[in-house]
Amino acid sequence: MEIWRLPISASQRGKLISAGYTSLSSLSSISSSDLARELNVSESEAMNILKVASHSRGSETSNASCSIVEGAQSAWDMLHDEESLMHITTSSADLDNILGGGIHCKEVTEIGGVPGIGKTQLGIQIAVNVQIPNDFGGLGGNSIYIDTEGSFMVERAFQIAEACIEDMSEYNRFLRKDFQECKIKMQPQDILENIFYFRICSYTEQIALINYLDKFLSENKDVKVIVVDSVTFHFRQDFDDMALRTRVLSGMALKLMNLAKRFSLAVVLLNQVTTKHTEASFQLALALGDSWSHTCTNRIVLYWNGNERYAYIDKSPSLRSASAAYSVTARGIRNSSSSCKRIKMM
Amino acid sequence: MANKLISEIPLPKSIANVFSARNVSTAKDALSLTEFELMELLDVGLTEVRSALSQISEIVAPPYQTALSLMEQRFQNEHLGGHFPTGLKGLDAALCGGIPFGVLTELVGPAGIGKTQFCLKLSLLASLPTNYGGLDGRVIYIDVESKFSSRRLLEIGLRSFPEIFQMKEMAQEMAGRILVLRPTSLAEFTQSLEQIKVSLLQNQVKMLVIDSMAALVSGEHEQGARRQQTLSWHISFIKSLAEFSRIPVVVTNQVRSRNHDDASRYCFQVQSRDGAIETPMQYDSHLVAALGIQWAHAVTTRLVLEAKSGERFIKVAKSPISPPLAFPFHITSSGISLLSDDGKEVMGPEINAIHYQGHNEIINFGMEGLH
Repeated sequence: MEIWRLPISASQRGKLISAGYTSLSSLSSISSSDLARELNVSESEAMNILKVASHSRGSETSNASCSIVEGAQSAWDMLHDEESLMHITTSSADLDNILGGGIHCKEVTEIGGVPGIGKTQLGIQIAVNVQIPNDFGGLGGNSIYIDTEGSFMVERAFQIAEACIEDMSEYNRFLRKDFQECKIKMQPQDILENIFYFRICSYTEQIALINYLDKFLSENKDVKVIVVDSVTFHFRQDFDDMALRTRVLSGMALKLMNLAKRFSLAVVLLNQVTTKHTEASFQLALALGDSWSHTCTNRIVLYWNGNERYAYIDKSPSLRSASAAYSVTARGIRNSSSSCKRIKMM
Repeated sequence: MANKLISEIPLPKSIANVFSARNVSTAKDALSLTEFELMELLDVGLTEVRSALSQISEIVAPPYQTALSLMEQRFQNEHLGGHFPTGLKGLDAALCGGIPFGVLTELVGPAGIGKTQFCLKLSLLASLPTNYGGLDGRVIYIDVESKFSSRRLLEIGLRSFPEIFQMKEMAQEMAGRILVLRPTSLAEFTQSLEQIKVSLLQNQVKMLVIDSMAALVSGEHEQGARRQQTLSWHISFIKSLAEFSRIPVVVTNQVRSRNHDDASRYCFQVQSRDGAIETPMQYDSHLVAALGIQWAHAVTTRLVLEAKSGERFIKVAKSPISPPLAFPFHITSSGISLLSDDGKEVMGPEINAIHYQGHNEIINFGMEGLH
């Protein structure tokens, strides 16, 4: 590693180079007082520079007993990790099937679609389903709901939570096979209490919050999913400099991915749709541009096919491209059942 | 919060001085740059940049609330948990109480279908005292196309709430609460918006009606991308107005004919032949809502008014809480009213389609009913 890659300030770097220290090895044998004299800086600054240099150097040279490259994990070990990962169900078995069990933890999943297709509904469903206790196959975790558009409706979350609890007691009854009324102690209010709701009013707040989540998650280790609804809204207005927007968005995506990996949680980003001119026709595409489309691990597109709502896996490292039908009911997201009678809300 | 000055954030003195020396004065400036860019700009090391950023982020990030406390707060402090009943029973039931506070509700439909009539009735309702189902406050009505008729407003009041409106002082009081603005250009509208923001909380304004949004934008000469940019500032501003004042905001929108530029498929849909069902609605309805897809995303609730086979329907096309229902309605001397409180559920993307059949007969019929 050369000097110019060290995380020190530009003027310190400049002084090192003009004093003739261009590689790390040249710093290995000098003492801090000598360095301070040569560079004309204070002794504490020189000690700091040497500390940073030795830290970077240490990460390169390998100890014989460690792995070949520091920080790497073998694919075999990763397989064990991947298999023991839990998924968050979407409450639609067909959708869970094409997702390989549900929304994956430790990954960033982007879900986009036209207005009214059910993105917020799916977001709320996931924020509720993550709380399903371990006994019922869920993660038993809390959720963070970051609302940038004001589309989160508490009454709807209450409805979905209620239906989720009813489904759980139904499942319990089925398991027990004695058809007794089995009361789940959970109440919809308990589910609502475990959804941490943030309302964002500008992109600055969005960036600040994602930076702050690092600290928040260390204090709230039970959070297992972060839903951002929608990640697009504040980035579609007031950005004259598109290059800046791309940089800011990719920085944000990296931080989210980092959070997902470190805290073993799922990140769900809801995106809007825009029209793109390709091959002499206009087509729909998810918003925020081409660079953004590379940043998320998984990408799901929700669309209309005839009279049904469908979800399509547009991009995934491990799942094949497939689509499945789902529906939005009074109880939340469920399997599409064209044959069954629809239950009206009123 | 975005414009919070760095000088007001408790950072270590050395780094605070560097920030101001390099003209990074607000949190927005600091957070828009990546860590590396800040290191280059400020000439400090990575650890200092990281710790400064995390301190700034902690201050600028909004506080959280659990969904439960949000619900309790809304039900305690707000009228009906944050909903404004429209008086149309079926619609109110579907929308879980009425038009939601704090977000945009859009009324879209062809000309003459009844959007302005609906707005007049809503303005009247909002001015009434709470025991009559109103919000007991002022209404700001932005009338772009000069369609506001105070005579019609008072007629609706007299027919629907005779006990109030028969007394001249009461009628004056209620009508006096509705403030009508008539901006002649987008620039004037922008100016009034900013004034409205200032006086919103001070003057007991309980509802904002913009009739119509499309007329404002279509009057401008810019096309395509520039128009989208202008509109996006306004969308953002109006949404933030609604948000911080927690009032219902009703916006009307026009329709335009569908042109071949309108996209309706994704690239993966175009490629696969099997499994794709041709949407029949594309051939039926030639009308789409104006203002584009960005606007469609920005509104929280979309109510489509249309005319089909001689009847008028009001459809809930987009709503976080309501299923896709269509209610038949008509307009009488007492304003808009539903013919049936049981909505018919509409399957698929048909809910978004806007029909315009047999319309002329309705206008004539309606006029007869009015006299």
